[in-house]
Amino acid sequence: MNDGGTAPGPAAPESPKPAFQAVFARGERASPPSAISASLTLGWRALLKIKHVPFQLFDVTITPLMFTLLFTYLFGGALAGSPREYIQFLLPGIMVQTVVFITVYTGVGLNTDISKGLFDRFRSLPIWQPAPIVGALLGDVLRYSIAAMMVVGVGLVLGFRPGAGVAGVALGVLLVLVFAFSISWIWIVASFLVKTAESVMTLSFLVLFPLTFVSNIFVDPATMPAWVRVIVGMNPVTHLTTATRTFMHGGGVAWSSVAWVLMASATIVAVFGPISLWLYRKER
Amino acid sequence: MAAILTTGLVKIFGGTRAVDGIDLEVGRGSVYGLLGPNGAGKTTTIRMLTTLLRPDAGTARVLGHDVVAEAAAIRAKVSLTGQFASVDEDLTGRENLILIGRLLGLSWRDARRRAGELLTAFELDDAANRQARTYSGGMRRRLDIAASLIAASDLVFLDEPTTGLDPRSRNQVWDIVREIASSGTTVLLTTQYLEEADRLAERLAVIDHGRVIAEGTSRELKASVGGSALHVRVHPPSQREAAAAALAPVLGDCVTVGNDPGSLIATVSGTAAAAEALQALDRAGVQVVEFTLGQPSLDEVFLALTGRRDVDDRDVEVVT
Repeated sequence: MNDGGTAPGPAAPESPKPAFQAVFARGERASPPSAISASLTLGWRALLKIKHVPFQLFDVTITPLMFTLLFTYLFGGALAGSPREYIQFLLPGIMVQTVVFITVYTGVGLNTDISKGLFDRFRSLPIWQPAPIVGALLGDVLRYSIAAMMVVGVGLVLGFRPGAGVAGVALGVLLVLVFAFSISWIWIVASFLVKTAESVMTLSFLVLFPLTFVSNIFVDPATMPAWVRVIVGMNPVTHLTTATRTFMHGGGVAWSSVAWVLMASATIVAVFGPISLWLYRKER
Repeated sequence: MAAILTTGLVKIFGGTRAVDGIDLEVGRGSVYGLLGPNGAGKTTTIRMLTTLLRPDAGTARVLGHDVVAEAAAIRAKVSLTGQFASVDEDLTGRENLILIGRLLGLSWRDARRRAGELLTAFELDDAANRQARTYSGGMRRRLDIAASLIAASDLVFLDEPTTGLDPRSRNQVWDIVREIASSGTTVLLTTQYLEEADRLAERLAVIDHGRVIAEGTSRELKASVGGSALHVRVHPPSQREAAAAALAPVLGDCVTVGNDPGSLIATVSGTAAAAEALQALDRAGVQVVEFTLGQPSLDEVFLALTGRRDVDDRDVEVVT
């Protein structure tokens, strides 16, 4: 049989293991970890996953980077006079799109944990019960930050020059993280309701494609038909993009859009947070 | 006080009574087996006992605690190894064990030490720093069980610990279960294999359609079949009908055909009946190439208990 390359074990099926008894834990268990400790430990797990499976990160970052290159060099001249001018407009939006798309992996990851039985193991441990969700989110926020930095880095290489400097970029990224954190909760709910990880992904792309394209990420809505402009104006992604642009380029932050984004984020968490915790406690 | 005591335990999933009134009493320090085909309600029972599912009716006390009212107290004393090796495939074996150790309240240092000890004891040292997705089924299962042994548990639940394993890995898991039991820990394991229950469990309950249809030691259960299993193989296979005809007057209507085209299976009361059967075959001039008298299989216990032989139809699920 294939034992994956370990040293050949004893041939006799009933192999004696003299050292075996010694490893059994005896006596009292350690007292259960605090809610914070359990959440941080599960956040550590999420970090390990980024380390072992970096592809998850590239998977969703490559597409937006491709968009950046395509739009900048193919349409940049037509849309904004020159590729270099267009990327100033496009890049904050691409960052928004990238991070918003990566949130899908929160749901996919949780769904995989549930279907693989890992959640049952976590739930059978004496830990604060929402810790697996909170821990996953902690890791995800780090993942979002890495992705955001990758996009900004590539943008800088391509000629993106944020007028408001490091502080402005940081504020922009922070707002994007807040929004991404909030919509993660939607995918958490989805991951409890849907059977397979693939369906979670399909479902979220169905939502995210219109959400990110029917927005002001790629072009100024002024050129759109009036009814589309109305939809674009209501899209939180539009407000997030506007806010991020003004944070990054300076010269008058669009505070109304910032407020809009914060309110939308708070509302999403207020609705989907309790639902997901309820679904989590509910048996499956 | 019993390790597990349930009365009239019921769980309904959308109209299906997955568990339909199970009464169990499992003594402390023993290995207890829940034996039954897929879909019998074994896993659902374990999920209720480990506080993952809430019973729809009946009561269950685990180590003296009620599964509904005192779930946290139970979680602090038991460990569960689920039906599908529940390890994080993206993490290495060592990281998996450290993770569980931390979640059990160990310090980083203790969690690392425990992980090292268990990896050595479970012969996973060489694979310790590889991602669990590269492990074979047997290695994954060992890692899974190791995770259940990081902290002291009064009661260990093993849900189909050997399903899908090759014979060598199965033997290793059996050794591990015996070791756990000899340390004084109560073990509740589920299995689809009579042989496994026979080798490991002191007592067992046979479960079918969410009900306990028999309970006792494996000796008692086999006795309930009312005899030993006689397997006969004739050559050429076309002689099977002639052989069955020869056996019928001696053994009655318990003769059935086996999967092999030349084989027959019957229940006999003892060696005398078997000798008579062999003579009958000889008289009929049938060439017998195999004639074995053995313990009844799960199929046969099942047939005796339920009057149907449908275990095979339901237990062909390979866990990878």
